Amino acid sequence: MARHPILPPRQDYAMVTAEVADAAHGPAIRRRWWVAMAAALPLVAAFLASTGLLFWLGTGVWGINIPVNWGLAIINTVWWVGIGHAGTLISSLLLLMGEGWRNSLNRFAEAMTLFAAMMAGLFPILHLGRPELFYWNFPIPSTFGVWPQFRSPLAWDFFSFVSYILVSLAFWYVGLIPDLATLRDRSHGAARAIYGALALGWRGSAVHWARWRQAYLGIAAAAFHLVISVHSGVAMLFAGGPVPGWHTTVFPPYFVFGAVFSGFAVVIMLAIGLRTAFRLAPLITPRHLDILGRLLLATGLLTLYGYLADAFHAWYSGDAYEIRTLLDRVEGEYAWSAWTAVALNFGAIQLLWWRRARGSQPVLFAAALSVAAGMWFERYMLIVSGLYRDYLPSSWHIYDASLWEWLLFAGTVGVFAMLFLLFARWLPMVSIFEVKEVLEREGKG
Amino acid sequence: MKGTVSRRAVLKGLAAAGLTGCGDGAARRSIPYADQPEGVVPGVPDWYATAVEFQGHAQPVLAESHMGRPTKLEGNPDSPWARGATDAFTQAACAVLYDPQRSLAIRPGDWDAFTRAVAGLPARGLRILTGTVTSPTLARQLAALTAAGARWHVHEPVGGEAATRAARLAFGRVVDTHLRLDRCRAVVAIDADPLGPGPDQVRLLRGWSEGRPRLMVAEPTLSATGAVARDRLAVPARRLPMVVERIAAELGLAPPPPGLTEAEAAWAAAAAQALAVHPGRALLAAGATLPAESLALVHMVNQAAGNTGRTVVHTEPVAVVPPDGEDSFAALVTDMAAGRVEAMLILESNPAHTAPADLNFGAALARVPLKLHAGLFDDETAALCDWHVPLAHPLEDWTDLRAADGTATVVQPLIDPVFGARRRHEILAAVLGEPAAEARRIVMDTWRPVLGAPFEALWRGVLHEGVVPGTEARPARVTAGPPPPSPPGPAGDGLEIVFRPDPTVWDGRFAPIAWLQELPKPLTKLTWDAVAAISPVLAARLGIADGDVVEIAAGGRSLAAPAWTLPGQADDTVTLFLGHGRQRVALPGAGGYDAYRLRRSDSPWVLGGASLGRTGARVELATTQPHRRLHGHDDLLRPSAGPAEPPSLYPDWEYPRSAWGMVIDLDLCAGCNACVIACQAENNIPVVGKSEVARGREMHWLRVDIYHDGDDGRAQFAPIPCMHCEKAPCELGCPVNATVHGPEGLNQMVYNRCIGTRTCSSYCPYKVRRFNFFDYAGIQPDTHRYLRNPDVTVRANGVMEKCTYCVQRIRRAQIAARAEDRPVADGSVTTACAQACPSRAIAFGDLNDPKSRVAALRSSPRHFAMLAHLGTRPRTTYLANRREA
Amino acid sequence: MFCLLAEFATHQKLTEAAGAVRRAGYTRMDAYSPFPVEGLADDLGFTEDKVPWLTFLGGLAGAAAMVFIQWWASVVDYPIDVGGRPLASWPAFLFPAFEVGTLWAVLAAAIGMLVMNGLPAGRHPLLRFEAFHLATDDKFFLAILADDPRFDPTATRRLLDGLGPEGIWEVPP
Repeated sequence: MARHPILPPRQDYAMVTAEVADAAHGPAIRRRWWVAMAAALPLVAAFLASTGLLFWLGTGVWGINIPVNWGLAIINTVWWVGIGHAGTLISSLLLLMGEGWRNSLNRFAEAMTLFAAMMAGLFPILHLGRPELFYWNFPIPSTFGVWPQFRSPLAWDFFSFVSYILVSLAFWYVGLIPDLATLRDRSHGAARAIYGALALGWRGSAVHWARWRQAYLGIAAAAFHLVISVHSGVAMLFAGGPVPGWHTTVFPPYFVFGAVFSGFAVVIMLAIGLRTAFRLAPLITPRHLDILGRLLLATGLLTLYGYLADAFHAWYSGDAYEIRTLLDRVEGEYAWSAWTAVALNFGAIQLLWWRRARGSQPVLFAAALSVAAGMWFERYMLIVSGLYRDYLPSSWHIYDASLWEWLLFAGTVGVFAMLFLLFARWLPMVSIFEVKEVLEREGKG
Repeated sequence: MKGTVSRRAVLKGLAAAGLTGCGDGAARRSIPYADQPEGVVPGVPDWYATAVEFQGHAQPVLAESHMGRPTKLEGNPDSPWARGATDAFTQAACAVLYDPQRSLAIRPGDWDAFTRAVAGLPARGLRILTGTVTSPTLARQLAALTAAGARWHVHEPVGGEAATRAARLAFGRVVDTHLRLDRCRAVVAIDADPLGPGPDQVRLLRGWSEGRPRLMVAEPTLSATGAVARDRLAVPARRLPMVVERIAAELGLAPPPPGLTEAEAAWAAAAAQALAVHPGRALLAAGATLPAESLALVHMVNQAAGNTGRTVVHTEPVAVVPPDGEDSFAALVTDMAAGRVEAMLILESNPAHTAPADLNFGAALARVPLKLHAGLFDDETAALCDWHVPLAHPLEDWTDLRAADGTATVVQPLIDPVFGARRRHEILAAVLGEPAAEARRIVMDTWRPVLGAPFEALWRGVLHEGVVPGTEARPARVTAGPPPPSPPGPAGDGLEIVFRPDPTVWDGRFAPIAWLQELPKPLTKLTWDAVAAISPVLAARLGIADGDVVEIAAGGRSLAAPAWTLPGQADDTVTLFLGHGRQRVALPGAGGYDAYRLRRSDSPWVLGGASLGRTGARVELATTQPHRRLHGHDDLLRPSAGPAEPPSLYPDWEYPRSAWGMVIDLDLCAGCNACVIACQAENNIPVVGKSEVARGREMHWLRVDIYHDGDDGRAQFAPIPCMHCEKAPCELGCPVNATVHGPEGLNQMVYNRCIGTRTCSSYCPYKVRRFNFFDYAGIQPDTHRYLRNPDVTVRANGVMEKCTYCVQRIRRAQIAARAEDRPVADGSVTTACAQACPSRAIAFGDLNDPKSRVAALRSSPRHFAMLAHLGTRPRTTYLANRREA
Repeated sequence: MFCLLAEFATHQKLTEAAGAVRRAGYTRMDAYSPFPVEGLADDLGFTEDKVPWLTFLGGLAGAAAMVFIQWWASVVDYPIDVGGRPLASWPAFLFPAFEVGTLWAVLAAAIGMLVMNGLPAGRHPLLRFEAFHLATDDKFFLAILADDPRFDPTATRRLLDGLGPEGIWEVPP
C-alpha cells in the first residue's frame, strides 16, 4: 500500500468527516438528489401497480406458463442477489486481507448489498402462487402440523436469503455505529436524537473498539462464506432438478463467479455516480477505480471460464438432451439472450486491459453497465432456455415476459434506487472512521 | 359469458329436478327433501344405466349421480356395443347437460300455448325434420304422424347417404355394413376413418385393438386411422375411385383404370395383395368422400375376397330410413321453397347452420307459414322459427336409442329437466294431439309388446341393465351385384376441397361446449379454432405459414380461414372442417369459419376447382403441442438400448400395501381423446380459454401427445399422465411438503399446502403438472358447479395440480373392499382414463399383485419407462408401438 | 465529578499518555478515538477474547439447532417419503445448517459485542460533555475516572498535564 497511496495528500481526519457527513447537504447536491429521486419514484409507482395487479389477479398476469413457469421473477432474483455479493466480498474478504483501499468503498457497497438482497428476496415471494403463505417456509408448525421440506434447494435458498439479508444488515449496522456516533456529534435537534438512538451511545472507547474489532472481523469471516454459499444455493435451485442445461455440478462456482462479476459492475457504477454527484472524489479516488476495473476484468475472465466449463460439461456428458440444450442456447429461440450476454459481459471489459481505459470514468462506467446488463441476459438465457425445451418435445413452449413482469423489474430498480438515495442522503456513504484508519496508516492524520 | 344462466335459475331447476328415485328411475313427481329419501346416502353416488345420444345413436352409459346431480358417465359394460367404454363426446355429455347457454324457456308463449298452437295443426302439410333416428319410440310416433298425413325428413350434416346409396346399388336395398376389425389381419381403408370420431367409434376402436390388423390407408387428408396405419399414401380425393378400381382390377373384378401414378398403382397392388393373402381375414373399407358407385364396388371386392359375412357383416339398418331416403332433406327444401309446406317441426336439428349453402335453406324456411323448433339450444334455426321449445337432454329424458350394432337402450332420466326443458316424446305427443301424455308412458308403450309378460319385472331389468337383450340388428343376407361405373370425379383443375367433421365439435352441435372446444384436436392439437389444412408442398409453394389467413374460393363462394400445414396431406387438397363459425350460441374466444358456406348438396364431401390465396392477415392459433416431431429423441417412445435405469444411492422404499401403477400400450392408442375428457369430468378440471391455451396454460391433467416420424402423416400417439415417479424430482423441489409420496407409491399433491413456487413443475421431466395461474375454477360458468365431482377438490388460484391416479376411486374401492372384508381385486380400481379408453390401451392396477393386468404387461418385451435414464422410476410405463419395438 | 478528560491531537500521543497513566498505577481509565487505534486497548490492559469465542459458539449452536430441527421434523415428527429419499437426508440438511449457523454466529458477535460494551447506553456523562464530541471526529481523549482508587483531582490533573494534552476538563457526572 505504501507504494501506491490510496488517498490524495493534504487530507486530514476533520476533512474526511466533513466530506462524508456533509456530502449530501449542499444546495446543488440536493437538487441533483431530487432529480435522481424524481426519476426513481415513477418506477416505485410501477412497482406498486404491478405488485398490486399481481396480488389481485394472480401470477397469470405474467407471461409464464408450463413449461417456462419461472420467468423474469426468478431471473431478477438471481440477478439482484448476485449484485449483492460484490458488496459482501469487498466488506468481508478485503477486510480480512487487510486491503485498506476497500475502506472507501465498503459502506456504500454494503448498502448496495443490503438493498439488492432485499430486492432479490422480494421476487421469490411475489412469484408464489399464494404469496401470502410464503412464511410456510419457516420451520414453524403450521395448522397442518407439516414442516418445510428441507431437501428442497428452494428451502435452502429460503434460509440462505434470510441469513444473507440479516447478516448483511448486521454487518452494515455494526460498521455504521461509529459513524452514526460521528453524525450524532455533528448534528442538533431531532437529527441528533435519531442518530443518537441509532449510535447506541457509542463513544469510541478503546475497549469498545477492541471488542468491536473482534466482532467485525468475526462477522466478516462469517459473511464471506455467504458470498459463496448463498449463490451456490441459488445455483442449486437449478442444478437440483433433472433439467438439461441446469443439472450440472459446475453451476455453483459458475454462479458465484457471475454474481461477483455483476456485483463489481454495479459497485463501479455506484462509485462513479457517488464521486461525481456527491463530490466524494477525494475519498473515492482514481486508484480505487483502477482497482475496481482490474477486479471487473478478473472476475469477468473467471465468469468466461464458467461459460466454457459449462459448455464443455454439456458436450462432454454425451447426453443428447444436454447437448440439445447447449445448441438451443446458441442457435435456438433465445439465442439472442445468450449472444447478448456474451457480447455485453466479455466485450466491453476487454478494454480494461489498458490502464488508460480503467482511468476513464465514462469507459469504466460503460463497461460496468454493459456487464450489469449482460449478466441479466445471462440469467435470462440460463433460466428460460433451460425450461422452454426440456425432455419431451410435446411440452416445449416459448415464453414472452408480459408488460407487468417488465414493470415489476423496472419497479425494483426504482425501489433500489430510492432506498439507495435515502441512504446517500441520511447516512455516511463512505465509512468515515475506516478512511481515517487509512489516513493514519498512510501517515497523513 | 354471453347468455349466462343465473345461478338462481339453475337452483330452481335443480330443486324442481329433486329426486330421481332409483333402480327404475321412477321419478314422476318431485318429493320435498324434508324427509331423508330412502336409498340416498350423502357422499355415496348412485349409478344408473342409461344412454346418451350421438347422431341419433345410443352411447350406452352408467351414469354417476351425486345427490341427484349427474356428474360423470362411464361406458356400460353390459352393452355388447360399448363394452364399458365411451368416446370423448359421451364423456362431455354432462357438460352439455349443464351448459349455461342451453335455452331456458319456450317462446313466444308457454307450454299450454304451444300445445294449443300445435293442436289445431292439420297433419297434412306438416313436415317433421329430425337428425338420424334410431329410437323405436320416436319411430313409432313418426309413423303415427306419417299415417296421419305428415311427412318426415332427415337432415344429418355428417350423414352416410353415400353408403346407403351404395347399398342400394350393390344389394338393391338398404343394409348396414359393420366392420369387424377384431377379425382382421389386414385392413385396407380408402379414405375411411373407422378409428376416428363417429357414432360407432367405440366399437371400432375396440375391434381394432383386439385384432391389431395391419392398416393400409389411402386418403387425401390425415385421419386418425391414417395416423396409426402401417402404410399410408396421400391420394387426392378425386383419384380415390381409381384406386378402388385398381384394387378390384388386381382381384380380377374390373378392368384396370388408366392414369394411376406409380405410387398409387404400387400401393393398390400391395393393398390387393394384403386382401388376397388373408381371405376372410381382411377387409376393404371406403369412406364418404367416394361416390356411391365406388363404395358399391368395395362391397363386390369384399364379397370376392370372402370377407362378406366374416369381417364385413351386413345387417338390417339400425337407423330408420326416411321416406325419401338419401334425398330426404333435398326433397324437403324443394317442397319448402315451392310453398308446399304449411307447418314444420324441427327436432334437434340445426339446418340454418348446417345445410349446404346451395340449398338456400333460410330462404326456403321463410316460405313456411308455421315453424316450430325444439332443441337444446336457441340456435340459428330456432331464431328463424316461430316457436322454440327447449328440449330435454338425454340425461333428463325418457326415450330409447339403439347403438350402432342395433342394441337398444331405454334412456331414463337421472334428473328432471334442469332448464325447464320438455321431453321429445311429449312434444311429438302434443303434435299428435295428446298434450298430457307422459314420456315414460310413451316409451313403456313401445316396449310393452316387445318385452312381453311379466312386463313390470322385465322393464325393471331393462332399465337396470341399460340394454334390451335381443335387440341387436338382424343379419341381412345380401349378395352384391356389379355396380354401375363410377362417374367422373369433380371437374376442374386447381385445388380440391375435402370437408371433414371437426374432431371435437363434430358438425357444430358441440361448438357451444367449452370442454370440447378446448379439447386438443387429435391430429393438430389445436383448440378453440378450425383451420384449413394444407400440404407442406402447397404451403411452401404459396409461402404460407401456419396461422396465415387464406381466402378459399370454390363454386363462386369463398371464405377466409387460417391455414395449417398437416403432414400427409395430398399436395393439392385443402381440408375444411365443419362445425365452426356459428352465429348463435357460439363461445367467446372460439374461432373458426363456417365451412358449410362452401358445401354443395350434390357433392357434400369433395369440391374441385378451388383456389386459395393469401390475405396477408394472421390469427393466433392455440395449440397445446407446438412441436409435433421428436427432434432426434427417437428413444423417447421405445425401450432404450442401454441399461434401463441408473443405480440409486438411496435404499428403496417398501410399498407393503399396494403399489399402484399404470401401463399404457402405445400400440393401441389412436388419439381419440376419450381419456382426456374422462379425466376432465372426473377431476373437475377447468377450461381456461383460447388465450390461456395459446400461452401454454391448458389444464388437462392427461394429454395425448402426437409425434410424426416422417412426412407421410403417420404418427405416434402417447397419452401422458403423471408418471408417479418413485424417485420423484418434483417432490424433492417442493420446499413445503406440498407434493409428497403416499405409502402406496402415489405422487400426491396437497393443494392446501401448496404455496405455488412451481419448482415441482420446473423439475418435472415429463411436464405433467398444471398450475392455476389465475382463479380458473372461479371463471367456470356458474352452472358448472353442479357438474363437479364432490370427491375431488376444486383447486384455488396459485396452486399446482396434476394427475392423481384418480386417488378418490382408489379410496372408494378400498373402502368398499374393507367393508366387505376382502382384498381389492384387480380391475376393481380403475382410473377415469383407463375406464373410458375404447381400445383398452391404458391398464391400471396394483403392481404388488403378480396376477394383475399391469404386472403382466410390465413383463412384455415392449415395456419401457419413459426417460428411464433419469432414474425417476416412473410408475406409469409404456409398451412401445409394435413398429417401434 | 465523573472523570478527568484529557484531549490529545494525535493517536500516538494518546497511546503514550495511556501507557504513562497506566504505569502510574491507575486502573479506572479509558481512551477514546475516532477510529480504532492499534494496541491502544492493550495499553489499557485489555486481554479479553470472549467475542470470538461467542461468535464461534453461536455459529455452532445455530448449525446444531438447524440440523436438529431438520432431523426431528423429517424423521420423528413428520416422517414422509419425499422423492424416494431417506428420511434423514444428511447431505441436504447440511446446507440450511451452514446458513443458519452463519446467521447465529453473526448475531452472536454483534449482540455479544454490544452487550459486553454496555451498549446501547443512552445516557453517559461523556456524551453530555460538549468538548468530547470531537472524539468521533479528529481528537483523541484519555479519561481517568473519579472512582479510581488513586484518583486525586490535583495530582491526577498534574499527571495528565505532563503528557502534552491539548486541554484537560473535569467532566461532571
